[in-house]
Amino acid sequence: MVKEKDNKKEQEIVSAPPTGFQVIWREFLKDKVAMFSLVLMVLTISGVFIASLFFDPAEVMKVSLRDKYAPPSTAHWLGADIGGSDIFGQLIIGAKNSLLIAIAITLITGIAGIFIGLACGYFGGWIDNMFMRIIDFFITLPSLMIIIVFITIVPKYTVFTFIIIVSIFGWTGIARLVRSKALSESRRDYVNASKTLGTNDFVIIFKEVMPNISSILIVEATLNFAGNIGIETGLTFLGFGLPPSTPSLGTLVAYANNPLVMSTYWWVWLPAALFILILMLSINYVGQALRRAADAKQRLG
Amino acid sequence: MWKTIIRRFLIMIPQLFVLSLLIFIMAKNMPGDPFTGKITPETDPARIEELREINGLNDPWYQQYARWVGNAFQGEFGNSYTYKVKVSTLIGERALNTFWLSLLTAVMLYAIAVPLGVLAGRFHNSWFDRGVVLYSFVSFAIPTFVLALILLYFFGYQLHWFPTTGSVDVREVPGSAGYYMSKIYHMILPAFTAAILGTVGIIQYLRTEVVDAKGMDYVRTARAKGVPARKVYSRHIFRNSLLPVAAFIGFTITGLLGGSIFIETIFAYPGMGQLFISSIASRDYSVITALVMLYGFLALLGSLLSDIIMSIVDPRIRIE
Repeated sequence: MVKEKDNKKEQEIVSAPPTGFQVIWREFLKDKVAMFSLVLMVLTISGVFIASLFFDPAEVMKVSLRDKYAPPSTAHWLGADIGGSDIFGQLIIGAKNSLLIAIAITLITGIAGIFIGLACGYFGGWIDNMFMRIIDFFITLPSLMIIIVFITIVPKYTVFTFIIIVSIFGWTGIARLVRSKALSESRRDYVNASKTLGTNDFVIIFKEVMPNISSILIVEATLNFAGNIGIETGLTFLGFGLPPSTPSLGTLVAYANNPLVMSTYWWVWLPAALFILILMLSINYVGQALRRAADAKQRLG
Repeated sequence: MWKTIIRRFLIMIPQLFVLSLLIFIMAKNMPGDPFTGKITPETDPARIEELREINGLNDPWYQQYARWVGNAFQGEFGNSYTYKVKVSTLIGERALNTFWLSLLTAVMLYAIAVPLGVLAGRFHNSWFDRGVVLYSFVSFAIPTFVLALILLYFFGYQLHWFPTTGSVDVREVPGSAGYYMSKIYHMILPAFTAAILGTVGIIQYLRTEVVDAKGMDYVRTARAKGVPARKVYSRHIFRNSLLPVAAFIGFTITGLLGGSIFIETIFAYPGMGQLFISSIASRDYSVITALVMLYGFLALLGSLLSDIIMSIVDPRIRIE
């Protein structure tokens, strides 16, 4: 074992320094739990998307009163809800919706946060001042409550408006992080050299600075993704997320608001709750492993 | 020091002002007004219009806003339209419930986090340490409502160890010893849930602090002098790393407030968070605006408090 390690080290000295993906891969090889989480994450997410191809939403949501609260059986793997609709089908379709919404929010907040953060960090001055004041203000807001108020006043409420509203409150964290990284990166010699050569600011920002902080961005996006699943399912659980006609993990868990369902018909809400739990744990663990790979000080391998 | 505090305090004023403006405009845009709910086929539309006029709902928005802010300064947020009482009275009652719940949560939180963090740091890299790291990881990743539901299901509905709703047994006479016992009994499960979710920061902080302290000069000096290990930890390391943990109290307040909406809704605990959700459902917007302002104010106060304690405890981070 020790000898093998030494051999590896020697090889690395002669070869080029490991690139981003090699570092990440090595980190996962070193950490069994991270590897397990990665596999689990890929399996659940791809499983949900593949399985959803075999379920027709209209068929799943069909009301069949004979099956009202049917316990798990071969006909209904996870039983049925109050309308006799199959829980397993709802779980798959709901998970797909929840994942797509979380991906959309992550992309929107990520792109907005990166743009604003890079601009603040690179240009500084009044741009930085203005956005930092806005961010300071956002951070002190009781955002969950404001999102809820926002959602209740939107006249035509759809999945799209939900994504926009949550995104409005979600970009600040990533913008702050990117700003602090871009701030130190923009004072580096290579940036100065590039400026002296007359390189366009946009080229410096996106082709030179951004690639150097990309590892942080990947980590942040992963953790935000998990967080956004939590926000969507949580808000839907409270009754302020997706419209009731759209199945999501949150709508399934929300059945637990009824004490009778909660205590007796556990198969209606518990699978969705456990599904969220597993998803959150595996994505977060992958995120942590990526963070270790991104930060040389914390690396295992 | 005082300068910092005063400056932070002054920053709070424009922040609260913008928040109030935002929330006022949002509340005004909520569909319907307090009187739409009272319209029945028998009501005279002219009477409704009269009521709107008397209550100043037909004035321009900035006049309404000025009036609202003026009243808010005197602690006057109008009447709740669903509960038919003064908003301040209603929130006062609920705030007291939330306060007791938060207090018990904070006690449990520190009772769980401090020993776990210190011991994990002391026995760094042991099985115990790995267990603590795993625990804090899981509590970080798990969403509030998922943990609350699962704990409520097992301890409330399956094992029947704890009540599943309310803040007190209705059969108890207010003021009696049994009444207070029942109140505490009702708070244990929600407080425990919130405490578990809040421990991560403190555990991680204490753990790294203790691990770092092991290599510090003052610890090596103490050990070289022949101070037994137990005493090194309890006297030197523990005391040095515990003070900054006190600074977390501000963040703890902010964090607890955010989670209280879920916890109170799930455990049907009559606090501010649950009041907020029910007020949204009934469009009781004088209550909604007052609650958002209160939460915003408490969040700002929490972060101010943290900064103050932090700067007292750790002179290195004092802002000049």
